[in-house]
Amino acid sequence: MKFEVDEFGYYGQFGGAFIPEMLYPNVEELRENYLNIIYTKSFQEDFHYLLKDYVGRPTPLYFASRLSERYNAKIYLKREDLCHTGAHKINNTIGQILLAKRLGKKKIIAETGAGQHGVATATVCALMGMECMVYMGKHDMERQRPNVERMRILGTKVIPALSGSMTLKDATNEAMRHWINNPTDTHYIIGSVVGPHPYPDIVARFQSVISEEIKKQLIEKEGNPFPDYVIACVGGGSNAAGAFYHYLNDEHVNLIGVEAAGKGIDSGDSAATTALGKPGVLHGSKTILMQTEDGQVVEPYSISAGLDYPGIGPMHAHLFDVGRVQFMSATDDEAMNAGIELSRTEGIIPAIETAHAVAMLGKMEFAKDDVVVINLSGRGDKDLETYIKWGKY
Amino acid sequence: MPLNKLFEAKKSNILSVYFTAGFPMLEDTIIIAKHLEDAGADIIEIGIPFSDPIADGPVIQESNNIALANGMTVKKLLAQVVEIRKEVSIPIILMGYINPVLQYGIERFCKEASTAGVNGLILPDMPMDEYQKTFRSLFDKHGLSNTFLISPTTSDARIKRIDDATTSFIYAVSSSSTTGAKSGFADEQLAYFAKLKAMNLKNPFLVGFGISNHQSFSKVCEYGAGAIVGSAFITILKNSKDLKTDIQLFVKSIVQ
Repeated sequence: MKFEVDEFGYYGQFGGAFIPEMLYPNVEELRENYLNIIYTKSFQEDFHYLLKDYVGRPTPLYFASRLSERYNAKIYLKREDLCHTGAHKINNTIGQILLAKRLGKKKIIAETGAGQHGVATATVCALMGMECMVYMGKHDMERQRPNVERMRILGTKVIPALSGSMTLKDATNEAMRHWINNPTDTHYIIGSVVGPHPYPDIVARFQSVISEEIKKQLIEKEGNPFPDYVIACVGGGSNAAGAFYHYLNDEHVNLIGVEAAGKGIDSGDSAATTALGKPGVLHGSKTILMQTEDGQVVEPYSISAGLDYPGIGPMHAHLFDVGRVQFMSATDDEAMNAGIELSRTEGIIPAIETAHAVAMLGKMEFAKDDVVVINLSGRGDKDLETYIKWGKY
Repeated sequence: MPLNKLFEAKKSNILSVYFTAGFPMLEDTIIIAKHLEDAGADIIEIGIPFSDPIADGPVIQESNNIALANGMTVKKLLAQVVEIRKEVSIPIILMGYINPVLQYGIERFCKEASTAGVNGLILPDMPMDEYQKTFRSLFDKHGLSNTFLISPTTSDARIKRIDDATTSFIYAVSSSSTTGAKSGFADEQLAYFAKLKAMNLKNPFLVGFGISNHQSFSKVCEYGAGAIVGSAFITILKNSKDLKTDIQLFVKSIVQ
């Protein structure tokens, strides 16, 4: 598979493991063991059992008839929003907690932006009886209050990240610092396809269940596994990685990644990494990064806490670089309008992150028989306050 | 003075002092370096500020933020080193995260750093394999030494590989931690220093992270060639009303 990570941890020119020596043994331990552990029979049995009976997989591939009529195409929604905890994030945390247990780790740390990955991590830690600490930007804690309380109810300690813009990037810095200080008994569950190798590959593999299911479900519904388009939002890019994964080598399938343009790509308040970024190193990997000329990381902005990350996963950087994935963007307003539209046409209130992907329907031209799959990565319950504040409904 | 000359001439009690360029004020880099040499420091380690210093604790994080707010850049720092070199002769090392260096351009950075009078670099998030593959030839070409970190969790085999790839000294991180002052050493830390001493590495090692006073300095000097002090010095700079006096008192208080 030519889009897969190579033996050195690279996707083309992106990836690698740019970590301080203090983290080397942890990351090396993972690198040496992850494939062996993940592909044992007992791991696969545990993983698929939990995905089925605990998470509720397979998630439906729902034919959105009213939306299809409006946009003159066959639009399917991959209902990751119906996963336990309300988003695709739990696919990865189930996998990683099983991995952590097999590595003999006792404690779990994680970072979170919107709080979905934090909740998914807190959930699996409760399930497995493991101690859990989640770093979350103070600013995000304020705008995602319900998720903070959900984590606390689940028994997780939520620690505010007070540095920088106090959002996802800073929470990730703090989680990495914690890991440096607690290297032996702690596993760091990274929530997106970012970080040093092998994290991007681990997360992509656990999320790849999404496209594995889409293929099967499309055979049932359309008689062949290949849609014309797969559309997914990209912050770090975990749901997109999962939705694209098994289509990467099927190059007749158009893959669309949607970034958050915030108040507009050139407004100075944006998180559209591929439009605004350059190659650089952050959080342990070489990727495309929003930064100043002097290599300082730029604080991103988006109305959605899950997309305001200044980079994208190295796999996406490579897919962008070689043109396998087309990257588009939606502004705050476009995303919010799309969220309301999906609510009114299909009775589904999406997460604001997800609404960015939905917003592409109004920006693309489809042929009548085009099969379009939108990865509906999360539900909008956590975003009610943002919807209310926005108010235009 | 090249680093190797220093390590040939001085085998123990070497003091390397870290501070962030452009902190507390943009132009302080020059005066602090000069005072450090006058006060008796052996090596000056100047931090290139970065927005996301993941290996650093709160004290150095804050100094990075202030330096960036002051307008410090790689370009300005290299110009300051040129000024420093007019008066300062002890080895100068630049320490920083890899991204600002990548954006400046590796080759351009190595060339200009060398011309300015920099002796070596410490880039904690540059992995050894990357160094060997992409960076080493440029470092060598421009006469810059590279220093790798090792920590208590680094395996003996890897320490040997790092020793082989090193041309000046090894930076032994005292504990599994981010930077910052701590009180005292635990038995396992002392055992780790003793192990390093017994390994008879071809390069000398300096111990850093958690060295903040004479007691911790002299303790690690029983094992290695010396120590690196960072956060404790940054705290002094932050509160100083008289840099010259405070820097002299600080260096004296460490080496005594």
